[in-house]
Parts: sequence; structure tokens; C-alpha cells
Amino acid sequence: MKLYLKVWRQENRESKGDMVSYVVEGISEHMSFLEMLDLLNERLIQKGERVIEFDHDCREGICGACGMMINGRAHGPLSGTTTCQLHMRSFKDGETVYIEPFRAAAFPVLRDLKIDRSGFDHIIQSGGYISASTGQAPESNSIPIAHETTEAAFDAAACIGCGACVATCKNSSAALFTSAKISHLVLLPQGKLEAADRVIKMVSQMDAEGFGHCSNTEACEVECPQEISVLHIGRMNYQYNKALILKK
Amino acid sequence: MKQTTLMYKLVMAVTGLFLCFFLIIHLLGNLQLLSPPAIAREQFNWYSHLLSGNILIKIISYVLYLSIIAHAVYALILTRVNIKAQGSQYVYDKRGQVSSWNSRNMGILGTIILIFLVIHFKDYWYVYKFGHLPLDAKGNKDLYSIVISSFQQGWYIILYELSFIALGFHLLHGFFSASRTLGLYQPKYAKVVRVFGWAYSLLITFGFMLIPLYIYFNFNS
Repeated sequence: MKLYLKVWRQENRESKGDMVSYVVEGISEHMSFLEMLDLLNERLIQKGERVIEFDHDCREGICGACGMMINGRAHGPLSGTTTCQLHMRSFKDGETVYIEPFRAAAFPVLRDLKIDRSGFDHIIQSGGYISASTGQAPESNSIPIAHETTEAAFDAAACIGCGACVATCKNSSAALFTSAKISHLVLLPQGKLEAADRVIKMVSQMDAEGFGHCSNTEACEVECPQEISVLHIGRMNYQYNKALILKK
Repeated sequence: MKQTTLMYKLVMAVTGLFLCFFLIIHLLGNLQLLSPPAIAREQFNWYSHLLSGNILIKIISYVLYLSIIAHAVYALILTRVNIKAQGSQYVYDKRGQVSSWNSRNMGILGTIILIFLVIHFKDYWYVYKFGHLPLDAKGNKDLYSIVISSFQQGWYIILYELSFIALGFHLLHGFFSASRTLGLYQPKYAKVVRVFGWAYSLLITFGFMLIPLYIYFNFNS
């Protein structure tokens, strides 16, 4: 396969970036999207040019490190996949492919396709945990939880924090990410105790990081590699409103 | 306590839902225009007089003015936050494929509705409250004649119909979005609200669209 790439190149946070064209020949349709970029990078090294930098880690869709806008869509054209799970068979020979970093004021570009997602970390640090020491794993039947509840909590906990929800949102809102963590914790008995305090802190932190608000376009659910439901945003809002009303 | 955008969204949701409720009352009142002319004139003028005299209606009308203003002002505040949150623009953007057009353009639709409201208030509300209207046989202000004569103009019909279409798309997203902001997350009820929102939006839109067309084609012939 031969592809015409237009890749965002940016030296650092402060500099102004631009789209640069590359022609890549000899691509196998079995390559993942990241392997295709590896191929291009090897050739750039041979020519003595600076490689295209991008984040990646597990390359099997569970770490949340990779993520870029491919042809104007977060993680490319497929649904329910990360960038590393996208393969070149999804593209046509001779196609032009636009590759950009995830963009949001809260996700500044560090270099090329690499962005700073520490805004997500700050949201978790503001309340996405249980402060009581839980000690050793207790006897499993000592805390009764219905099977459906554990499954629902796990569905929310499946969020890998890749940032596709923010990238695709017209408001650059982190509502899906934050609500997934709030849902995960509030469904479980250990997480219920600090629910009110947690939701207020995490929602305030979302604003403080410079993310926009949620206007329920539901684009995030479509692009989420883990297919996290937008109903978690409803639950976060419910928890937030409850906390506002009951707060002393 | 620190204010958050979610609090602003709550203002949007509550005022929006109140305006949704008002639209039902407004449409029911307007449907009287569809009666035969002789009955419609008396009934519609009597109804208009009833609304302007009642203290309870007066209180609700102040809530209504306040809701419209708050809904618009908070929309502006939130839009400013959004624009700031977006940062730099995508060079190649196909994000529109994964959400509906109206859900992304509530601001544009809202602006059309606001412009319409200014014209609508000027032509009826202002004229009824501060203008000099002829009286009908029962001694009520004859708003009916004003309505009928204004809907004889083609451009006025087009203006109204286009505004109602914008309103319809605004409601289609707004009603459900408000329920989400207020914290509805149970899948069963979320679905009920979706279906109800569709039915509500269609009824309101086509209900309002019917009246100018009915008057135009029945009184212009």
C-alpha cells in the first residue's frame, strides 16, 4: 500500500505547528496504524530527520496511552477501538490520511502528536479515590454486592483515560471521563461514603483544568474505545445535584 | 461554594423546561384561532383579556420573561467557556459524523428563536399592552384582527414557519438534554424521555406551524 500522509508537526508547547506531507510506500495492510508510523519513523531516521513523536504503550488497546485524530475522527474511523487497534486494512491504497493530535485547551501539545493529559490526573487526584485504608483484601462474602452492580461498576471502571471523549467533544468536555470514575466509585459500598464530597470536588476540578461543559451531543460515547455510556454523565449530574441539595 | 459550569447548566435546564411548559399553554391558547371566525374572534379576545387581568398569570409572565433572559444570558456565558476550552482548531475535522447537527448548534438555533421573539413581542405583546386597539362586540381588545391581518403577508408566514422549524430542532435536543443535566440516568426512563421529547417537539412544532398557514389560506382566498 502507498499512503499520502499529512501529519501535524510541532516543535514544542510554545511553537506554532503545521501539517507536513509524507509519502509512505510499502505498507502492509496487516500493520497497525502505529506500526505504519514506526515504518515512516525508521525512514525518517535513515534520512537523518527528526522522528514523529507520539504516545503509545501496550499496543493492545488497554493502556490508553495512544490516541490521535485520524482523518478528523478520534482514534480513526472504527468505533470501539484505540489507535493501536486500528489496522491499515481500514484504508485504501493511495488514500490521503490526516493525522493530528487530540486538541483541547486542557490538552496542550507537547510535540507533534504527543499531548499533556495531566488534567485527567488532577481530576482523579481531586477525589477519584477512597480515602479510608482498605487493608488486605477482605473475605469476598463479607461485603454483599449484587452481581449486576459489580458489572455496572466495572463497565464504568473500564475507562482507560485516553482522552478521545475530550478530543471529539465540541466543548472539549471531560464529562464522560469524570463521570465514569464517579459512577465506578458510587456504585460500590466503599465508595458511597464520600460520594457527595467527591462529586463536588471532581466537577469543580474539571472546570479548573479548563475543560468545557457537557452539552449532551453524545459524540463521546461513539468515539470511546471502551464504549463507556453517556448515562454515566446523567448519574454524575444526579450525584452532583443531590450533593448540592443535601450539602450542609 | 464555588460556581461550576454544571450549576449554569442547571439554570439552562430549569429555565428551558419552564419555557417548554409555557409553549404547551401558548399553543393551546392559539388553537382557538382555528375555530370559525365569528366564534374565534370573541373567544380569542376574551382569552387574551383573561390572561392580562389575572394576578397569577401576571406572576407567571414575570417568571417567563426572567426565564427567557436567564436562558439566553447563561447560554452566552457557557458558550464563552466552551470557546476557551476548545484551544486550537483541527485542520481536518470530521467530528460532525458522530453527533447530530442540532445538538451541536443549539446556540445558532437559540439565536434564531431569540430574534423571532423580539419581532413576536413587538408585534403582539407590545401592541396589546401599550398600543391602541379597537374593541370587539364584547368590549375586549380586538387582538384577533391584528393576528389575522398580520398573517396575510407571505414573508411574515415564511418568517414564522422558519422560526418554528428552528424551535423544533432546538426542542428536540433541549428537552432530552435538560433531563440529562437534571440527572436522569436510569436507562428505562431515559428512553421514555427520549420518546416523549420527540412526540412533544413534533406536536409543538407542527401545532404552531399549522396556525399561520391555516389563517393565510383561509382568509386570503
